[in-house]
Amino acid sequence: MSSPAGTLEATRDTGKGPSGGGRWFYFFERDRVLGSLMLSPAILYLVLVVGYPLLLAFFYAFSDVTVGSNKFDFVGLKTFKTAISDPTFKTALAHSFEITAISQVLVVVLCTILAFVLAADFKGKWFLRFLVLLPWTTPVALGAIIWLWMVDSIFTPFDWFAAKLGVIPDGGHLVLLGHAGTAMGTVIAVQTWRMLPLATVIVLAGLSSIPRDVEEQAQVDGAGFWRRLFSIQLPMLAPVILVAILFGVVFTFTDMAVIFILTGGGPGTATQVLPSWAFYKGINGGNLSVGAADALFMFPVLLGLSAVVLKLAHRIGGE
Amino acid sequence: MAIVQTQELRKEFGHNTAVDGINLKTEEGEYLVLLGPSGCGKTTLLRLLAGLEQPTGGDVLIGGNVVTRLPPRARKIAMVFQSYALYPHKTVRKNITFPLAAAGVPKEEWQAKVDWASDVLGIGRLLERKPRQLSGGERQRVALARALVREPQVFLFDEPLSNLDAKLRTIARDELKEFQRRMGVTTVYVTHDQVEAMGLGDRVAVLNNGQIQQLGTPEEVYADPANTFVATFVGAPPMNLLHVRDEVIGFRPENLLPAQTVGEREGQLVCEFEITRVENLGSDRYVYGSIPELDPEAKVIAKLPSTLDVSVSPGARERYAVDGSKLRWFHRDTGQRVEPPASGLPQRADR
Repeated sequence: MSSPAGTLEATRDTGKGPSGGGRWFYFFERDRVLGSLMLSPAILYLVLVVGYPLLLAFFYAFSDVTVGSNKFDFVGLKTFKTAISDPTFKTALAHSFEITAISQVLVVVLCTILAFVLAADFKGKWFLRFLVLLPWTTPVALGAIIWLWMVDSIFTPFDWFAAKLGVIPDGGHLVLLGHAGTAMGTVIAVQTWRMLPLATVIVLAGLSSIPRDVEEQAQVDGAGFWRRLFSIQLPMLAPVILVAILFGVVFTFTDMAVIFILTGGGPGTATQVLPSWAFYKGINGGNLSVGAADALFMFPVLLGLSAVVLKLAHRIGGE
Repeated sequence: MAIVQTQELRKEFGHNTAVDGINLKTEEGEYLVLLGPSGCGKTTLLRLLAGLEQPTGGDVLIGGNVVTRLPPRARKIAMVFQSYALYPHKTVRKNITFPLAAAGVPKEEWQAKVDWASDVLGIGRLLERKPRQLSGGERQRVALARALVREPQVFLFDEPLSNLDAKLRTIARDELKEFQRRMGVTTVYVTHDQVEAMGLGDRVAVLNNGQIQQLGTPEEVYADPANTFVATFVGAPPMNLLHVRDEVIGFRPENLLPAQTVGEREGQLVCEFEITRVENLGSDRYVYGSIPELDPEAKVIAKLPSTLDVSVSPGARERYAVDGSKLRWFHRDTGQRVEPPASGLPQRADR
């Protein structure tokens, strides 16, 4: 702050800047001016496409607004009561937690293993790293459609494997998306597949930030592979793994594209989750206010989770 | 306590030879310093001793056993890294007990060991802190304590003082020496700082290009360098080297003194010293110049103690003398030490 201000003083004294631009020449070099100017597009963007819709959602959730009607009354918590009283809401909420929790546990275990493999030095590791990242670069909808074909009730290759393993008779069909259990399993598998690349990259970055000295010190101190893994590497990776979990939970908990394309929440309500339920209720069903209320149940969960994980990561990383 | 030995030890990285057939043997409980410029292979040599690198050829012996193919943890060594490599997520106590846990020492014995090690190094009050809450000197002591609890056969130090500021370094150097003297454990210490090498080592091995240039006591290495590399690498300012006819003669800056203060005698090399610059460093004065009658190209430095009451001014030409016994002779092409001529003094055209 002090040096641009000092420059400004000097400019004022001579009445002229070195390039003859006067005091305006240095106006944009003041931290407050330049800083606000540079930040404003980002802030504007956030306010318009995140802040405003969020406010609108709150607004709707306390009203009785529907699609195709001009009626708009504030009804207080009545909409929330309506939303909660629907049995599908509770099912969807439970499924959201179930899918997120199971897929994240899988992601954490798999991404740690994958990161260790990719951190090792071997021929073709760059190609393998590229392959691992691919699912992340694929649009969610595209990935989900590919998986939809993969688990197609008639043409799925999994039937062949299942028949070979004797799970089903030759020529039989698994109909993975047709049964509650296998449909849920498929959704969890796809969510894991989708979140694994990002988590792997995050953990890989964390792994390469562990100083080589520390790793070698542990070797000299007599620690074998497992001891180094569990008492040196994993504890030192904990903050980045938490960050990976934070991202994974947010993306999985709020995702509806996979459900929408793969199962549509079915069979029945077997894979219905909160975001898809809010969509079906609010957009497809036209009940904007109940849809908004449903969706808002994600808000405290995500807010609380973000706060907890960030604080935890800060504490571990800051010590 | 054990003897560390290498036999024809080689390490190549691609086309680079970092360690080029080194034969080295420590004494029991000796403090051996590996000294050399960066890239000379001294750290690679230490890592080969530790087992962190596999040699391309040759063997490492610790206590008479060939350990070349053994992993670091099987070698009963303790190593202190330049960064101290403390485990950042563990308290000082957990850092110190880590090697004990790894070695399968029963938990009941940990407390006594930690007490003993922290007592030796005076870090008892730091035990519950995390490494980031420690100063550089404290970190070094924790790293030493962690190395100590293993009761290793050999200590390996990789430039442990280079992360400390100059003031702390002097104190830490003193502590290290005292520590090793008390423990009596064979120590191999790597440094690029010749002051550390001279101050700490029982013997110093000067390395360059992956080879040992000279192995000897600090006094030997300083006074009787085996070649021109050692002559210029050890000592600050370095030994003056002058090309005179077919030989290179060298003498330490502190041996070049104004003739009037030492009195001209037989067996001295007396010459005209053309002074270009004088630096007063308080305890010493460095006088820069050249001796045109011997080697007009070479820069020559004289180091005069401040107790020497003589005025020196740039631009002057003064008579300076070096005692004949202080002259060292090197081969012009190989740079190796050679015998002095019969006269003990360089032949001059004008004589």
